[in-house]
Amino acid sequence: MLVIENLHVSVEGNEILRGVNLTVRLGEVHAIMGPNGSGKSTLAQVLAGHPAYTVTAGSVRYEGKDLLDMDPEERAREGVFLAFQYPVAIRGITNSYFLRSAVNAIRKHQGQPELDPLDFLQVLEDKLAAIGWDDSFMNRAVNEGFSGGEKKRNEILQLAVLEPRLAILDETDSGLDIDALKTVAEAVNRLRAPHRAFVVVTHYQRLLNYIVPDQVHVLAEGRIVKSGGKELALALEEKGYDWLKPAAAGTTA
Amino acid sequence: MTSIETQVLQPYKYGFTTDIDADVVAPGLSEDVIRLISKKKGEPEWMLEWRLKAYRHWLTMREPTWANVKYGPIDYQAISYYAAPKQLPKVESLDQVDPKLLETFEKLGIPIAEQKRLAGVAVDAVFDSVSVATTFRAELAKYGVIFCPMSEAIREHPDLVKQYLGTVVPTNDNFFAALNSAVFTDGSFAFIPKGVRCPLELSTYFRINASSTGQFERTLIVAEEGSHVSYLEGCSAPTRDENQLHAAVVELVALDNAQIKYSTIQNWYPGDENGKGGIYNFVTKRGACRGKNSKISWTQVETGSAITWKYPGCLLQGDGSIGEFYSVAVTNHRQQADTGTKMIHIGKNTKSTIVSKGISAGHGQNTYRGLVKIMKGAEGARNYSQCDSMLIGSECGAHTFPYIDVRNSTAIMEHEASTSKIGEDQIFYCKQRGLSAEDAVSMIVNGFCKEVFKELPMEFAVEAQNLLGISLEGSVG
Repeated sequence: MLVIENLHVSVEGNEILRGVNLTVRLGEVHAIMGPNGSGKSTLAQVLAGHPAYTVTAGSVRYEGKDLLDMDPEERAREGVFLAFQYPVAIRGITNSYFLRSAVNAIRKHQGQPELDPLDFLQVLEDKLAAIGWDDSFMNRAVNEGFSGGEKKRNEILQLAVLEPRLAILDETDSGLDIDALKTVAEAVNRLRAPHRAFVVVTHYQRLLNYIVPDQVHVLAEGRIVKSGGKELALALEEKGYDWLKPAAAGTTA
Repeated sequence: MTSIETQVLQPYKYGFTTDIDADVVAPGLSEDVIRLISKKKGEPEWMLEWRLKAYRHWLTMREPTWANVKYGPIDYQAISYYAAPKQLPKVESLDQVDPKLLETFEKLGIPIAEQKRLAGVAVDAVFDSVSVATTFRAELAKYGVIFCPMSEAIREHPDLVKQYLGTVVPTNDNFFAALNSAVFTDGSFAFIPKGVRCPLELSTYFRINASSTGQFERTLIVAEEGSHVSYLEGCSAPTRDENQLHAAVVELVALDNAQIKYSTIQNWYPGDENGKGGIYNFVTKRGACRGKNSKISWTQVETGSAITWKYPGCLLQGDGSIGEFYSVAVTNHRQQADTGTKMIHIGKNTKSTIVSKGISAGHGQNTYRGLVKIMKGAEGARNYSQCDSMLIGSECGAHTFPYIDVRNSTAIMEHEASTSKIGEDQIFYCKQRGLSAEDAVSMIVNGFCKEVFKELPMEFAVEAQNLLGISLEGSVG
């Protein structure tokens, strides 16, 4: 469903991604790991269409369409979801209002009737029940005054409600204590489905103990330098990243 | 920030002109013109004298220059001070009102025709210099509530008018108030007798239609002991290249335990994206909390006008009286606003609350200017002020001038201020959830203004939110 070929990306003239290739199929979970500054978050942001990044070469096909040709909101309406590393706050707007607006924007795009507040409440309850969470976030302003952990949980909650086909998790584990990490991971596991793919960006292996990936890719200096099964993550935990850097390993994936 | 700054002008949606025969007095201002206006209004002698006194004082005054706004000189002799649709004023019922006028207000979303009246809201419709219709008057009269055009109040209720007019905003208060006192043409008068909770929202809709005219309306609301009233004004004007002057005066009087809630949705023509045309909105609004435990609450949503200059304030004279000011002011393109409030604490244990939200987009300049004054005798006074500014793009400006003058050491004052910018990241976050840029801005701005919108009467909160969306349309690419 997602085919990335030779993707080159720059931000303010600095090349961050230098030829990334990646293929993700429906139902799969791919983990992207790598040292700080390797370009992991850039990859996540580019897939979502952040305007600060310039694609200088390469292509990204999403369900047969040219993803790079689509506006960020169009990508979202077509089922691409990014769980942000640093979610922003929107003062005075409740989570529930925000989510209903998002759901309705997506429904409108799909030619479905929009949901009124009561219908939405029902949908919301069902989704929350599916991941085993309560609705305590819903009447608070979007991320306003949320702790780091609450913000991350809120991203996953949005994922559950918006039902994307491609969910990209950008360091969703950072800043979470072990209990929160388990809660988030469990919710993500419940959301795994044959009609949905995940790209999980993380610095640490520990998240992958709970969200077990089908494939692990190591990104270093803007390229994927190694791909493998879930064992690769354990090897990284043990040996660090240095042995995989292009100069040391002498290989490119 | 380049995409956020992209400007696409949305046309002002109320900019049409009604083609109607009008009785327009030739431009220029003199004692003769004032005599003519007074005569057209069928006014008693005392009213004419009051006007002339104000005019003579005005001649000695100078236009103020301290506001943080820039505009060319105004030629007061080039303005026509009276314009009225011809058929008036002999209308007995709404059936006799020119259908073009009914249609005009219909188009503006202010239905005054019998079958389409807004439930729960009595409307006084003012077109240029005259009131053309006031709804639900008989209904209100059952409760002893008087709601009528000012010109009629002068004729029918002279004692009440004499007792209160000019007692809150004296004729010599300031340059524009003096001018208004000399030439005001219409406006609304509301009187809520002792102990009555006004059963309907009262509302006045002001429409400027004729060109080269100014609109000078005068509103007076008196709430007797223990009474309650909620009043709302709205306004709009056609799209024109010229600047038109709107200099209104509003006076509120609240006696013991009375409450007045005064809400404004100001949507005068703001001028085009280059700053051509638009209304100069130079307005004096003041409420006197004369009685014990009385309360006056101002809520304003200011989205229109090329220039806004207004400071709705409260004189907290009665012990335990309360003044409130909730404001949203938006400046887009080349609009300028210098607005805020004055809270004068005179009585003991008086309280005031100020919540001001300024939004600047395009090349807009937005100034909050507020005075909180605690007089010597105002034992135990309290004030809370909150001034928040939001910037959209990098060419606009936000300015805050809070003046605090405390003469009693028991006062408790709190002041909070913040400035934020709608960032690319906030917009991107919303887009990533499927929202368009415009919906994202509208949502972020409405969230920012929520504390003020919740003060508006229910029927108008939605209108205010939509209006804000329209005013900022095109401010984000």
